[in-house]
Amino acid sequence: MSLRSPLGRVIGLGSAKHGSGTWWAERVSSVALIPLTLWFVFSLLLLRSLDYSTVRAWLSVPVSGFLAAVTVGVMAYHSYLGTVAVVEDYVHAPALKLASLLLLRFVHVLAGGAGIFAILRIAFVA
Amino acid sequence: MPPVRARPLSPHLEIYRWQISNTLSILHRITGVSLSIGFLALIYWLMAVAGDADSYAGAARLFANPLGIIGLVLLTFAFFYHLLNGVRHLVWDVGLGFERGERRASGWIAVIGAVALTIGVWALVWSFQRS
Repeated sequence: MSLRSPLGRVIGLGSAKHGSGTWWAERVSSVALIPLTLWFVFSLLLLRSLDYSTVRAWLSVPVSGFLAAVTVGVMAYHSYLGTVAVVEDYVHAPALKLASLLLLRFVHVLAGGAGIFAILRIAFVA
Repeated sequence: MPPVRARPLSPHLEIYRWQISNTLSILHRITGVSLSIGFLALIYWLMAVAGDADSYAGAARLFANPLGIIGLVLLTFAFFYHLLNGVRHLVWDVGLGFERGERRASGWIAVIGAVALTIGVWALVWSFQRS
């Protein structure tokens, strides 16, 4: 589904120089994060104790590990979109802007990948 | 021809009257960026869980020191505020809640709700610590 106007599609608008695709992706990922983050926070809270074996046992349950990995992935995507919007709005020097946007992309792929890899290790490596 | 005067562009922070609407909008960005930093802390914690008991104990010590606790409390507030205000934005996106009274009420609900949920979560953590 696309909310872009024909004119916007032709000339490209906004500080990001493209149309409503990012706007829509922000909304979709935010809707997904409502149940995912609430599940994550309240699951941790319901563990009552956050010692090493309790946390590992929780993430070793297939449903928990799967949902935690999905949560980390969507978080990385949503955080990437949000921080990119901040850089596009406030960083105007072209070289610094490009460097910041590249850094944000690398950091989010690395962090998201590391988080999902860590959860897989907990689930599959005893 | 009269001299051209530099005109203030909107939004111009020095002349903009502070009110709940723009304050909460800026707070949404500040909490969002804070949560991005908190996301990196979460990844660090998950990597520590994936390591051995010593690596986890090291991470746990870092989070449990006074500065770590303050950071976690602020992140808890940032999470609940960004969540509640995010829902407020989603409601606006479907075209509802734009009346003056509704805007103010939903804004206060986001702020007061986030404070209440933060206090509630940490009261629970504190009670678990004692039991």
